[in-house]
Amino acid sequence: MKLDDLVHSPGEWLQTGGPMSDVVISTRIRLARNLAGYNFLGRATPDQRRKIERTLFEAISASDFGKNTFYVDIDKSDMLDRQFLVERHLISRQHAEGEGSRGVAISNTETLALMINEEDHLRIQVLRRGLNLDDAWEETSRVDAALESLVDFAFHKQYGYMTACPTNCGTGLRVSVMLHLPALKLTNEIEKVFRAAKEMRLAVRGLHGEGTDALGDLFQISNQVTLGYSEEEILTGFRADVIPSIVRYEQEARRVLTKNKPAALDDKIWRALGTLENARAISSDEALFLLSHLRMGVVLDRIKHIDLSAISEMFLATQSAHLQKRCGQRLDGEERSVARAEYIRQKLSQARPSRN
Amino acid sequence: MLCQNCKKHTATVHLTDLIGGDKQERHLCEACAGQEGVMIKQHVSINDVLNSFLMCQAGVQELSRVKCPQCGLSFVEFKSQGLLGCPNDYDAFGEALASVIERAQDGRTHHTGKSPGEVVTIDPVQQRRLDLQRELREAVEAEDYERAAKLRDEIAGLDKK
Repeated sequence: MKLDDLVHSPGEWLQTGGPMSDVVISTRIRLARNLAGYNFLGRATPDQRRKIERTLFEAISASDFGKNTFYVDIDKSDMLDRQFLVERHLISRQHAEGEGSRGVAISNTETLALMINEEDHLRIQVLRRGLNLDDAWEETSRVDAALESLVDFAFHKQYGYMTACPTNCGTGLRVSVMLHLPALKLTNEIEKVFRAAKEMRLAVRGLHGEGTDALGDLFQISNQVTLGYSEEEILTGFRADVIPSIVRYEQEARRVLTKNKPAALDDKIWRALGTLENARAISSDEALFLLSHLRMGVVLDRIKHIDLSAISEMFLATQSAHLQKRCGQRLDGEERSVARAEYIRQKLSQARPSRN
Repeated sequence: MLCQNCKKHTATVHLTDLIGGDKQERHLCEACAGQEGVMIKQHVSINDVLNSFLMCQAGVQELSRVKCPQCGLSFVEFKSQGLLGCPNDYDAFGEALASVIERAQDGRTHHTGKSPGEVVTIDPVQQRRLDLQRELREAVEAEDYERAAKLRDEIAGLDKK
Protein backbone atom coordinates (compact mmCIF):
# COMPACT_ATOMS: atom_id res chain seq x y z
CA MET A 1 0.00 0.00 0.00
CA LYS A 2 1.23 3.45 -0.81
CA LEU A 3 -0.08 6.96 -1.02
CA ASP A 4 -1.16 6.82 -4.66
CA ASP A 5 -3.37 3.80 -3.95
CA LEU A 6 -5.58 6.06 -1.89
CA VAL A 7 -6.55 8.25 -4.83
CA HIS A 8 -9.28 6.02 -6.16
CA SER A 9 -10.69 4.84 -2.88
CA PRO A 10 -12.73 7.02 -0.59
CA GLY A 11 -11.10 5.54 2.52
CA GLU A 12 -12.66 2.60 4.27
CA TRP A 13 -13.73 4.70 7.20
CA LEU A 14 -15.77 6.89 4.89
CA GLN A 15 -17.81 4.15 3.34
CA THR A 16 -20.45 3.37 5.87
CA GLY A 17 -22.45 5.98 7.67
CA GLY A 18 -21.84 4.97 11.26
CA PRO A 19 -23.98 5.84 14.30
CA MET A 20 -25.98 9.11 14.11
CA SER A 21 -24.64 9.62 10.62
CA ASP A 22 -27.62 11.79 9.71
CA VAL A 23 -25.84 14.51 11.68
CA VAL A 24 -22.45 13.24 12.82
CA ILE A 25 -19.90 12.92 10.02
CA SER A 26 -16.93 11.59 11.94
CA THR A 27 -15.23 11.11 15.27
CA ARG A 28 -11.54 11.82 15.69
CA ILE A 29 -9.40 11.04 18.71
CA ARG A 30 -5.88 12.35 19.02
CA LEU A 31 -3.17 11.79 21.61
CA ALA A 32 -0.07 13.97 21.89
CA ARG A 33 3.12 12.26 23.05
CA ASN A 34 6.81 13.16 23.28
CA LEU A 35 9.81 10.93 23.78
CA ALA A 36 11.54 11.31 27.14
CA GLY A 37 15.16 12.44 26.97
CA TYR A 38 14.76 14.75 23.97
CA ASN A 39 13.94 18.43 23.62
CA PHE A 40 10.60 19.38 22.13
CA LEU A 41 10.84 20.09 18.41
CA GLY A 42 11.28 23.86 18.66
CA ARG A 43 14.58 23.25 20.43
CA ALA A 44 15.65 20.04 18.70
CA THR A 45 18.62 19.99 16.31
CA PRO A 46 18.11 18.50 12.82
CA ASP A 47 20.06 15.48 14.03
CA GLN A 48 17.78 15.05 17.06
CA ARG A 49 14.72 15.35 14.82
CA ARG A 50 16.03 12.52 12.66
CA LYS A 51 16.71 10.38 15.73
CA ILE A 52 13.22 11.01 17.07
CA GLU A 53 11.71 10.12 13.70
CA ARG A 54 13.78 6.92 13.47
CA THR A 55 13.01 5.84 17.05
CA LEU A 56 9.28 6.29 16.59
CA PHE A 57 9.26 4.77 13.11
CA GLU A 58 11.04 1.69 14.46
CA ALA A 59 8.65 1.39 17.39
CA ILE A 60 5.67 1.58 15.02
CA SER A 61 7.21 -1.00 12.67
CA ALA A 62 7.87 -3.36 15.59
CA SER A 63 4.28 -3.15 16.84
CA ASP A 64 1.43 -5.40 15.80
CA PHE A 65 -0.64 -2.57 14.45
CA GLY A 66 2.39 -1.31 12.52
CA LYS A 67 2.25 -4.22 10.09
CA ASN A 68 -0.84 -2.77 8.50
CA THR A 69 0.58 0.69 8.03
CA PHE A 70 2.62 2.44 5.37
CA TYR A 71 4.93 5.36 5.93
CA VAL A 72 5.02 8.66 4.07
CA ASP A 73 8.14 10.83 4.44
CA ILE A 74 6.50 14.25 4.47
CA ASP A 75 9.77 16.14 4.18
CA LYS A 76 10.49 14.41 0.87
CA SER A 77 6.92 14.54 -0.45
CA ASP A 78 5.84 17.21 -2.90
CA MET A 79 3.25 19.83 -2.01
CA LEU A 80 0.47 18.06 -3.92
CA ASP A 81 0.86 14.85 -1.90
CA ARG A 82 0.98 16.81 1.33
CA GLN A 83 -2.17 18.73 0.41
CA PHE A 84 -3.81 15.44 -0.56
CA LEU A 85 -3.13 14.03 2.92
CA VAL A 86 -4.46 17.19 4.57
CA GLU A 87 -7.68 16.92 2.55
CA ARG A 88 -8.09 13.33 3.81
CA HIS A 89 -7.53 14.51 7.40
CA LEU A 90 -4.50 12.20 7.66
CA ILE A 91 -2.06 14.98 8.49
CA SER A 92 -2.57 18.52 9.76
CA ARG A 93 -1.93 21.63 7.74
CA GLN A 94 0.87 22.42 10.18
CA HIS A 95 2.49 19.07 9.44
CA ALA A 96 2.22 19.67 5.68
CA GLU A 97 3.74 23.12 5.87
CA GLY A 98 6.41 22.36 8.48
CA GLU A 99 10.12 21.86 8.03
CA GLY A 100 12.68 19.18 8.80
CA SER A 101 12.45 15.41 9.04
CA ARG A 102 8.90 14.34 9.69
CA GLY A 103 6.43 11.81 8.42
CA VAL A 104 3.22 9.93 8.93
CA ALA A 105 2.40 6.25 9.31
CA ILE A 106 -1.06 5.52 7.91
CA SER A 107 -3.03 2.33 8.35
CA ASN A 108 -4.31 0.71 5.16
CA THR A 109 -7.87 1.46 6.21
CA GLU A 110 -6.92 5.11 6.94
CA THR A 111 -8.54 4.86 10.36
CA LEU A 112 -5.20 5.35 12.07
CA ALA A 113 -2.53 7.94 11.36
CA LEU A 114 0.60 8.54 13.41
CA MET A 115 2.16 11.92 12.72
CA ILE A 116 5.82 12.08 13.64
CA ASN A 117 7.44 15.45 14.36
CA GLU A 118 4.41 17.64 13.97
CA GLU A 119 4.08 20.03 16.96
CA ASP A 120 4.90 17.14 19.28
CA HIS A 121 7.12 14.15 18.56
CA LEU A 122 4.08 11.98 18.06
CA ARG A 123 0.40 12.51 17.42
CA ILE A 124 -1.70 9.36 17.40
CA GLN A 125 -4.92 9.93 15.46
CA VAL A 126 -7.85 7.58 15.09
CA LEU A 127 -10.81 8.32 12.81
CA ARG A 128 -14.28 6.78 12.72
CA ARG A 129 -17.47 7.38 10.80
CA GLY A 130 -20.41 8.82 12.68
CA LEU A 131 -20.37 9.07 16.45
CA ASN A 132 -18.11 6.24 17.54
CA LEU A 133 -16.18 7.37 20.58
CA ASP A 134 -15.65 4.04 22.31
CA ASP A 135 -14.47 2.22 19.25
CA ALA A 136 -12.11 5.06 18.39
CA TRP A 137 -10.83 5.23 21.95
CA GLU A 138 -10.26 1.48 22.07
CA GLU A 139 -7.94 1.66 19.06
CA THR A 140 -6.18 4.82 20.30
CA SER A 141 -5.57 3.28 23.68
CA ARG A 142 -4.28 0.04 22.18
CA VAL A 143 -1.81 1.87 19.93
CA ASP A 144 -0.66 4.09 22.79
CA ALA A 145 -0.09 1.06 25.04
CA ALA A 146 1.79 -0.84 22.33
CA LEU A 147 4.15 2.09 21.77
CA GLU A 148 4.56 2.71 25.47
CA SER A 149 5.88 -0.81 25.90
CA LEU A 150 8.68 0.07 23.45
CA VAL A 151 9.57 3.72 24.14
CA ASP A 152 9.43 6.12 27.10
CA PHE A 153 7.12 9.09 26.77
CA ALA A 154 7.84 12.26 28.74
CA PHE A 155 5.58 12.20 31.78
CA HIS A 156 5.29 14.50 34.80
CA LYS A 157 3.65 13.58 38.09
CA GLN A 158 1.63 16.78 38.23
CA TYR A 159 1.21 17.70 34.57
CA GLY A 160 0.83 14.24 33.06
CA TYR A 161 2.04 13.74 29.50
CA MET A 162 4.24 16.70 28.70
CA THR A 163 3.58 18.46 25.41
CA ALA A 164 5.28 21.32 23.57
CA CYS A 165 2.21 23.51 24.04
CA PRO A 166 0.89 23.40 27.61
CA THR A 167 -2.68 23.55 26.30
CA ASN A 168 -2.27 19.85 25.44
CA CYS A 169 -0.59 18.59 28.61
CA GLY A 170 -2.15 16.08 31.00
CA THR A 171 -3.96 13.47 28.96
CA GLY A 172 -2.76 14.90 25.64
CA LEU A 173 -6.21 13.87 24.50
CA ARG A 174 -8.19 15.86 21.95
CA VAL A 175 -11.56 14.53 20.89
CA SER A 176 -13.16 16.14 17.83
CA VAL A 177 -16.54 15.36 16.41
CA MET A 178 -17.47 16.66 12.96
CA LEU A 179 -21.11 17.62 12.63
CA HIS A 180 -23.25 18.51 9.64
CA LEU A 181 -25.71 21.18 10.76
CA PRO A 182 -27.46 22.61 7.70
CA ALA A 183 -30.91 22.95 9.27
CA LEU A 184 -29.66 24.86 12.31
CA LYS A 185 -27.83 27.14 9.90
CA LEU A 186 -30.93 27.65 7.75
CA THR A 187 -33.14 28.36 10.75
CA ASN A 188 -30.54 30.70 12.27
CA GLU A 189 -30.28 28.59 15.40
CA ILE A 190 -26.62 27.67 15.20
CA GLU A 191 -26.15 29.89 18.25
CA LYS A 192 -27.65 27.06 20.32
CA VAL A 193 -24.73 24.87 19.41
CA PHE A 194 -22.20 27.45 20.45
CA ARG A 195 -23.94 28.00 23.73
CA ALA A 196 -24.11 24.29 24.51
CA ALA A 197 -20.47 23.87 23.53
CA LYS A 198 -19.29 26.85 25.53
CA GLU A 199 -20.99 25.63 28.67
CA MET A 200 -19.05 22.41 28.35
CA ARG A 201 -15.73 24.16 27.60
CA LEU A 202 -15.65 22.88 24.08
CA ALA A 203 -14.32 24.66 21.02
CA VAL A 204 -16.29 24.97 17.78
CA ARG A 205 -14.36 25.28 14.54
CA GLY A 206 -14.78 24.97 10.80
CA LEU A 207 -14.00 22.12 8.46
CA HIS A 208 -10.25 22.20 8.56
CA GLY A 209 -9.69 23.09 12.19
CA GLU A 210 -8.60 26.24 13.90
CA GLY A 211 -9.38 29.51 12.19
CA THR A 212 -11.27 28.01 9.26
CA ASP A 213 -14.82 28.71 8.13
CA ALA A 214 -17.70 26.37 8.60
CA LEU A 215 -17.81 25.57 4.89
CA GLY A 216 -20.51 23.14 3.85
CA ASP A 217 -22.23 23.60 7.23
CA LEU A 218 -19.59 21.34 8.76
CA PHE A 219 -18.61 22.10 12.32
CA GLN A 220 -15.94 20.51 14.46
CA ILE A 221 -16.48 20.32 18.19
CA SER A 222 -13.52 19.49 20.40
CA ASN A 223 -12.48 19.62 24.03
CA GLN A 224 -10.27 22.51 25.12
CA VAL A 225 -9.20 21.20 28.51
CA THR A 226 -6.79 18.27 28.54
CA LEU A 227 -5.56 18.46 32.13
CA GLY A 228 -7.37 17.52 35.32
CA TYR A 229 -9.96 15.25 33.75
CA SER A 230 -9.44 11.56 33.08
CA GLU A 231 -9.65 10.23 29.54
CA GLU A 232 -12.96 8.63 30.37
CA GLU A 233 -14.39 11.88 31.77
CA ILE A 234 -13.46 13.72 28.59
CA LEU A 235 -15.09 11.05 26.44
CA THR A 236 -18.15 10.95 28.66
CA GLY A 237 -18.72 14.67 28.18
CA PHE A 238 -19.08 14.06 24.46
CA ARG A 239 -21.00 10.81 24.66
CA ALA A 240 -23.53 11.67 27.31
CA ASP A 241 -24.15 15.37 26.95
CA VAL A 242 -22.86 17.60 24.25
CA ILE A 243 -23.13 15.61 21.07
CA PRO A 244 -26.53 13.98 21.71
CA SER A 245 -28.04 17.36 22.56
CA ILE A 246 -26.63 19.05 19.46
CA VAL A 247 -27.82 16.13 17.34
CA ARG A 248 -31.29 16.58 18.83
CA TYR A 249 -31.29 20.34 18.04
CA GLU A 250 -30.38 19.63 14.43
CA GLN A 251 -32.93 16.84 14.07
CA GLU A 252 -35.59 19.07 15.56
CA ALA A 253 -34.67 21.91 13.18
CA ARG A 254 -34.90 19.49 10.25
CA ARG A 255 -38.28 18.26 11.45
CA VAL A 256 -39.59 21.82 11.71
CA LEU A 257 -38.30 22.68 8.23
CA THR A 258 -39.87 19.56 6.76
CA LYS A 259 -43.19 20.25 8.45
CA ASN A 260 -43.50 24.01 8.12
CA LYS A 261 -41.54 24.85 4.99
CA PRO A 262 -41.40 21.75 2.82
CA ALA A 263 -41.46 23.72 -0.44
CA ALA A 264 -38.63 26.05 0.60
CA LEU A 265 -36.62 23.08 1.83
CA ASP A 266 -37.16 21.04 -1.32
CA ASP A 267 -36.37 24.07 -3.43
CA LYS A 268 -32.96 24.37 -1.80
CA ILE A 269 -32.23 20.65 -2.07
CA TRP A 270 -33.35 20.22 -5.67
CA ARG A 271 -31.72 23.43 -6.84
CA ALA A 272 -28.49 22.15 -5.32
CA LEU A 273 -28.87 18.89 -7.23
CA GLY A 274 -29.80 20.75 -10.41
CA THR A 275 -26.73 22.93 -10.26
CA LEU A 276 -24.42 20.07 -9.41
CA GLU A 277 -25.83 17.96 -12.26
CA ASN A 278 -25.41 20.71 -14.81
CA ALA A 279 -22.54 23.00 -13.80
CA ARG A 280 -19.59 23.12 -16.21
CA ALA A 281 -17.28 24.89 -13.78
CA ILE A 282 -17.66 25.04 -10.04
CA SER A 283 -15.50 26.44 -7.24
CA SER A 284 -14.71 24.34 -4.20
CA ASP A 285 -16.67 26.72 -1.95
CA GLU A 286 -19.76 26.50 -4.11
CA ALA A 287 -19.44 22.72 -4.38
CA LEU A 288 -19.26 22.39 -0.59
CA PHE A 289 -22.23 24.69 -0.19
CA LEU A 290 -24.37 22.70 -2.64
CA LEU A 291 -23.18 19.27 -1.48
CA SER A 292 -24.20 20.25 2.02
CA HIS A 293 -27.78 20.86 0.86
CA LEU A 294 -27.71 17.67 -1.17
CA ARG A 295 -26.58 15.69 1.87
CA MET A 296 -29.46 17.09 3.86
CA GLY A 297 -31.83 16.08 1.06
CA VAL A 298 -30.50 12.53 1.14
CA VAL A 299 -30.62 12.03 4.91
CA LEU A 300 -34.11 13.53 5.03
CA ASP A 301 -35.13 11.11 2.28
CA ARG A 302 -36.27 13.96 0.01
CA ILE A 303 -33.84 12.56 -2.55
CA LYS A 304 -33.97 8.81 -2.71
CA HIS A 305 -31.71 7.78 -5.56
CA ILE A 306 -28.40 8.97 -4.12
CA ASP A 307 -26.45 7.17 -1.38
CA LEU A 308 -24.91 8.90 1.57
CA SER A 309 -21.59 7.25 0.67
CA ALA A 310 -21.66 8.89 -2.77
CA ILE A 311 -22.06 12.27 -1.09
CA SER A 312 -19.17 11.59 1.30
CA GLU A 313 -17.06 10.62 -1.67
CA MET A 314 -17.91 13.84 -3.48
CA PHE A 315 -17.08 15.95 -0.41
CA LEU A 316 -13.65 14.32 -0.43
CA ALA A 317 -12.86 13.99 -4.12
CA THR A 318 -13.84 17.53 -5.14
CA GLN A 319 -11.00 19.06 -3.12
CA SER A 320 -8.10 20.54 -5.09
CA ALA A 321 -5.35 18.00 -4.51
CA HIS A 322 -7.77 15.11 -5.00
CA LEU A 323 -8.84 16.44 -8.39
CA GLN A 324 -5.23 16.87 -9.47
CA LYS A 325 -4.16 13.42 -8.29
CA ARG A 326 -7.13 11.94 -10.12
CA CYS A 327 -6.27 13.76 -13.36
CA GLY A 328 -2.61 12.97 -12.88
CA GLN A 329 -1.54 16.53 -13.61
CA ARG A 330 -1.32 20.01 -12.16
CA LEU A 331 -4.39 22.13 -12.71
CA ASP A 332 -4.79 25.85 -12.18
CA GLY A 333 -7.85 27.28 -10.44
CA GLU A 334 -9.99 27.48 -13.55
CA GLU A 335 -9.06 24.01 -14.74
CA ARG A 336 -9.86 22.63 -11.31
CA SER A 337 -13.32 24.19 -11.43
CA VAL A 338 -13.94 22.47 -14.75
CA ALA A 339 -12.53 19.12 -13.53
CA ARG A 340 -14.60 19.39 -10.36
CA ALA A 341 -17.83 20.01 -12.24
CA GLU A 342 -17.04 17.15 -14.60
CA TYR A 343 -16.34 14.73 -11.74
CA ILE A 344 -19.56 15.68 -9.96
CA ARG A 345 -21.68 15.34 -13.12
CA GLN A 346 -20.21 11.91 -13.75
CA LYS A 347 -20.75 10.78 -10.16
CA LEU A 348 -24.35 12.01 -10.16
CA SER A 349 -25.17 10.48 -13.53
CA GLN A 350 -24.08 7.09 -12.18
CA ALA A 351 -26.56 7.54 -9.33
CA ARG A 352 -29.37 8.67 -11.60
CA PRO A 353 -32.21 6.14 -11.85
CA SER A 354 -32.97 5.03 -15.41
CA ARG A 355 -36.03 6.74 -16.82
CA ASN A 356 -38.66 4.53 -18.40
CA MET B 1 -15.59 50.15 8.45
CA LEU B 2 -18.94 50.26 10.23
CA CYS B 3 -21.17 47.28 10.75
CA GLN B 4 -23.63 47.03 7.85
CA ASN B 5 -26.37 45.96 10.19
CA CYS B 6 -26.40 48.36 13.15
CA LYS B 7 -24.18 50.98 11.49
CA LYS B 8 -22.87 51.89 14.93
CA HIS B 9 -19.99 49.60 15.77
CA THR B 10 -16.83 48.74 13.91
CA ALA B 11 -17.21 45.69 11.69
CA THR B 12 -14.84 43.00 12.86
CA VAL B 13 -16.56 39.96 11.36
CA HIS B 14 -16.29 39.61 7.59
CA LEU B 15 -18.45 37.05 5.93
CA THR B 16 -18.68 35.66 2.45
CA ASP B 17 -22.03 34.14 1.61
CA LEU B 18 -22.68 32.12 -1.47
CA ILE B 19 -26.03 32.85 -2.98
CA GLY B 20 -26.76 30.90 -6.11
CA GLY B 21 -23.07 30.68 -6.80
CA ASP B 22 -22.44 34.43 -6.40
CA LYS B 23 -20.26 35.64 -3.60
CA GLN B 24 -21.73 38.28 -1.36
CA GLU B 25 -19.61 39.97 1.25
CA ARG B 26 -20.97 41.24 4.51
CA HIS B 27 -19.25 43.13 7.28
CA LEU B 28 -20.71 42.98 10.76
CA CYS B 29 -19.80 43.91 14.29
CA GLU B 30 -19.36 41.13 16.80
CA ALA B 31 -22.75 41.69 18.44
CA CYS B 32 -24.74 41.61 15.19
CA ALA B 33 -22.78 38.62 13.95
CA GLY B 34 -23.53 36.87 17.22
CA GLN B 35 -27.25 37.56 16.75
CA GLU B 36 -27.08 36.01 13.33
CA GLY B 37 -25.51 32.96 14.83
CA VAL B 38 -22.16 33.42 13.20
CA MET B 39 -19.36 31.63 14.93
CA ILE B 40 -16.86 33.81 16.64
CA LYS B 41 -13.69 32.06 17.55
CA GLN B 42 -14.11 30.84 21.08
CA HIS B 43 -10.85 29.08 21.28
CA VAL B 44 -8.58 30.91 23.68
CA SER B 45 -5.14 31.02 22.19
CA ILE B 46 -2.16 30.37 24.36
CA ASN B 47 -0.79 33.77 23.42
CA ASP B 48 -3.85 35.55 24.79
CA VAL B 49 -3.48 33.65 28.02
CA LEU B 50 0.19 34.43 28.19
CA ASN B 51 -0.24 38.10 27.46
CA SER B 52 -2.97 38.62 30.00
CA PHE B 53 -0.88 36.72 32.47
CA LEU B 54 2.25 38.72 31.88
CA MET B 55 0.44 42.03 31.97
CA CYS B 56 -0.69 41.47 35.50
CA GLN B 57 2.72 40.38 36.68
CA ALA B 58 4.68 43.02 38.56
CA GLY B 59 8.02 41.37 38.15
CA VAL B 60 8.13 41.02 34.38
CA GLN B 61 11.83 41.82 34.42
CA GLU B 62 12.49 39.10 36.95
CA LEU B 63 10.59 36.62 34.89
CA SER B 64 12.40 37.39 31.66
CA ARG B 65 15.59 36.18 33.25
CA VAL B 66 14.28 32.71 34.02
CA LYS B 67 15.93 30.28 31.66
CA CYS B 68 15.71 26.50 31.47
CA PRO B 69 19.17 25.05 32.14
CA GLN B 70 18.33 22.06 29.98
CA CYS B 71 17.25 23.61 26.67
CA GLY B 72 18.15 27.28 27.22
CA LEU B 73 14.66 28.60 26.48
CA SER B 74 13.70 31.70 28.48
CA PHE B 75 10.21 32.31 29.77
CA VAL B 76 9.95 35.37 27.55
CA GLU B 77 10.76 33.31 24.46
CA PHE B 78 8.08 30.86 25.52
CA LYS B 79 5.72 33.80 25.81
CA SER B 80 6.33 34.91 22.24
CA GLN B 81 6.13 31.43 20.68
CA GLY B 82 3.65 29.65 22.93
CA LEU B 83 5.73 26.49 22.74
CA LEU B 84 8.01 25.01 25.36
CA GLY B 85 11.56 23.85 24.58
CA CYS B 86 11.83 20.65 26.57
CA PRO B 87 10.04 18.62 29.25
CA ASN B 88 12.26 20.19 31.93
CA ASP B 89 10.61 23.61 31.27
CA TYR B 90 7.58 22.38 33.20
CA ASP B 91 9.72 22.49 36.36
CA ALA B 92 12.20 25.21 35.38
CA PHE B 93 9.50 27.85 34.83
CA GLY B 94 7.88 26.95 38.15
CA GLU B 95 5.03 29.13 39.36
CA ALA B 96 5.02 31.31 36.27
CA LEU B 97 4.17 28.36 34.03
CA ALA B 98 1.87 26.81 36.63
CA SER B 99 -0.23 29.95 36.49
CA VAL B 100 -0.33 29.91 32.67
CA ILE B 101 -1.39 26.27 32.68
CA GLU B 102 -4.08 26.89 35.25
CA ARG B 103 -5.59 29.62 33.08
CA ALA B 104 -5.31 27.66 29.85
CA GLN B 105 -6.75 24.52 31.43
CA ASP B 106 -9.80 26.12 33.01
CA GLY B 107 -8.47 26.11 36.56
CA ARG B 108 -7.18 22.55 36.46
CA THR B 109 -3.70 22.01 37.80
CA HIS B 110 -3.17 18.26 38.25
CA HIS B 111 -3.28 15.34 35.85
CA THR B 112 -5.87 12.75 36.84
CA GLY B 113 -5.77 10.55 33.75
CA LYS B 114 -3.72 7.52 32.93
CA SER B 115 -0.01 7.12 33.63
CA PRO B 116 2.41 5.37 31.28
CA GLY B 117 1.76 1.65 31.20
CA GLU B 118 -1.87 1.92 32.25
CA VAL B 119 -4.57 0.97 29.82
CA VAL B 120 -7.84 2.82 30.10
CA THR B 121 -10.88 0.82 29.18
CA ILE B 122 -14.46 1.89 29.25
CA ASP B 123 -16.37 0.25 32.06
CA PRO B 124 -19.49 -1.30 30.47
CA VAL B 125 -21.64 -0.74 33.57
CA GLN B 126 -20.65 2.91 33.72
CA GLN B 127 -21.39 3.18 30.01
CA ARG B 128 -24.83 1.64 30.44
CA ARG B 129 -25.58 3.98 33.34
CA LEU B 130 -24.66 7.02 31.23
CA ASP B 131 -26.86 5.85 28.38
CA LEU B 132 -29.78 5.26 30.72
CA GLN B 133 -29.37 8.65 32.37
CA ARG B 134 -29.48 10.32 29.00
CA GLU B 135 -32.60 8.39 28.02
CA LEU B 136 -34.16 9.32 31.34
CA ARG B 137 -33.53 13.01 30.70
CA GLU B 138 -35.07 12.67 27.28
CA ALA B 139 -38.11 10.83 28.66
CA VAL B 140 -38.67 13.54 31.29
CA GLU B 141 -38.31 16.25 28.65
CA ALA B 142 -40.86 14.45 26.49
CA GLU B 143 -43.10 14.07 29.57
CA ASP B 144 -43.14 10.31 29.07
CA TYR B 145 -43.29 9.54 32.78
CA GLU B 146 -44.11 5.89 32.40
CA ARG B 147 -40.91 5.31 30.50
CA ALA B 148 -39.00 7.60 32.89
CA ALA B 149 -40.10 5.48 35.86
CA LYS B 150 -38.89 2.33 34.13
CA LEU B 151 -35.54 3.90 33.34
CA ARG B 152 -35.18 5.19 36.89
CA ASP B 153 -35.70 1.67 38.24
CA GLU B 154 -33.18 0.28 35.81
CA ILE B 155 -30.58 2.84 36.93
CA ALA B 156 -31.30 2.01 40.57
CA GLY B 157 -30.77 -1.65 39.70
CA LEU B 158 -27.35 -0.87 38.23
CA ASP B 159 -26.34 1.09 41.31
CA LYS B 160 -26.98 -1.94 43.52
CA LYS B 161 -24.57 -4.08 41.54
